[in-house]
Amino acid sequence: MSVIKNININLYRKRRLVNFLVLACSVLTTLFGLFWLVWLLETLFLHGFRYLNLSVFTEPTPPPGQSGGLANAIAGSVLITIMGVLLGAPLGVLSGTFLSEYGNRSRVAPIIRFVNDVLLSAPSIILGVFIYEIVVVPSGHFSGWAGSLSLALIALPIIVRTTEDMLKLVPNTVREAACALGAPRWKVTVAIVYRAARAGIFTGILLAVARISGETAPLLFTALNNQFWSSSLNEPVANLPVVIFQFAMSPYEDWQHLAWAGALLITISVLILNIIVRTFLRTGK
Amino acid sequence: MDKKKSKPRQNLIDRGFASMQYGGGSAQPLSRPSSLPLKMQVKDLDFYYGKFHALQSINMDIPEKRVTAIIGPSGCGKSTLIRCFNRIYELYPKQHATGEIILDGRNILDPKEDLNLLRAQVGMVFQKPTPFPMSVYENIAFGVRLYENLSKQEMDERVEWALKKSALWNEVKDKLKQIGTALSGGQQQRLCIARAIAVKPEVVLLDEPCSALDPISTATVEELVDELTEDYTIIIVTHNMQQAARVSDFTAFMYLGKLIEFDSTEKMFTNPVRKETEDYITGRFG
Repeated sequence: MSVIKNININLYRKRRLVNFLVLACSVLTTLFGLFWLVWLLETLFLHGFRYLNLSVFTEPTPPPGQSGGLANAIAGSVLITIMGVLLGAPLGVLSGTFLSEYGNRSRVAPIIRFVNDVLLSAPSIILGVFIYEIVVVPSGHFSGWAGSLSLALIALPIIVRTTEDMLKLVPNTVREAACALGAPRWKVTVAIVYRAARAGIFTGILLAVARISGETAPLLFTALNNQFWSSSLNEPVANLPVVIFQFAMSPYEDWQHLAWAGALLITISVLILNIIVRTFLRTGK
Repeated sequence: MDKKKSKPRQNLIDRGFASMQYGGGSAQPLSRPSSLPLKMQVKDLDFYYGKFHALQSINMDIPEKRVTAIIGPSGCGKSTLIRCFNRIYELYPKQHATGEIILDGRNILDPKEDLNLLRAQVGMVFQKPTPFPMSVYENIAFGVRLYENLSKQEMDERVEWALKKSALWNEVKDKLKQIGTALSGGQQQRLCIARAIAVKPEVVLLDEPCSALDPISTATVEELVDELTEDYTIIIVTHNMQQAARVSDFTAFMYLGKLIEFDSTEKMFTNPVRKETEDYITGRFG
């Protein structure tokens, strides 16, 4: 005995067919994307691991034909990235706070938001050339500071955006409740809203770090490179992306090997950063 | 009464709405239900959400140290009205009010009024519990620290006092360091009440404080309201007419942005003047 009457079995079959086709397409496109990614990672790990050894971390970049490592480039990259975040993060968090907490009253906010979105999608090489024009040319030489500045410019729009989004996620009822106690607006923002959005804001900063730690183009125009240990950000500073760029293009095999090792290092550190972000987001909620 | 109830329902609704449409001038809403000392006076208050005229010339005298309930169907302006009493609507740039609200002799709608001090004097508890993302203790101490410089011991005493007043002390005294958002819904709401009274305001605004609570927590909150009238003037917005009847001394009925009737709760629930009030209270519309 059939419960459903007047059922058009052809219509149902057609729907099942369409369902199958669409599902098959989406699985195939996913596999297509994953295929290249896995291939890329496989190549990188196969080559990278072979040349990864202790001297990579302890010795500075060598002249062609001599043994050496990437120690100065690693240290330089860490330094430039940290300075870049230290410059970009406070500015970004404060601007994001303005846009989210005070922006709805101001006419400048939509303009800032728009400019920020443009900056967010600006090619990084243009930011590099810009810093070259305003810092490197007037000062007469490449420098670590110029590198940090250009990285800060890349991190800034990311942090502004994530900070604003994360603060907007805090329900207005919480702001109302704090204001209703007689708390001034800045206090509400600092003591309550920041606390509620802490995990999200921190995640945004970490994602910005992950993004800028692999940037090459802006550093080519700003920090350039240095064969030696550089103690000051006022001089050109060695850094991994530019070293990879130069060594990979070079005709010397040992340089190419170091480039593989460096590429693997950056990939692994970005991967680790992303894992930290994910676990942080999960526990922070 | 029985005869009245047996009349066709539709007919009564029609008459109710008709009298509302044409009856504006026939009976002025009672704005002063008693001769008790007043805490607040609302004079010709109009409120706008952008261009939408949400409150229309509200006049209302609120007696001191009594519970005043505001009832009415959804969207009638109850919450809008009490959000004027501490000017919390100022958080949103497109909302504004005209008219006067006199609190202790001064007009709080005056642009020169200090909003932070006003809100310390007129506390508020919202519909949804809004514990801050910090410990139970800090939730309460946060507001107190804004205006008072207490020693550790004084602060401990204040926190305990507020939690006892809001009937939460016994449940949380061992977890004062626990984060406030981890409490149950009813406990969170009582925490919010404790937080509001800890700053010792003179007026406490309750915006449907029980709508998210179970009957037991609701009963606790209602008892609390009763107790609070010793020291505070209370204004409570509620959907629940039984609740208004239980906790309030005076009841205001609002409809479509207007104050239809305002009188002692007893009179409102037994012998209202306006037809609309009677229809709403007896459940014929709304």
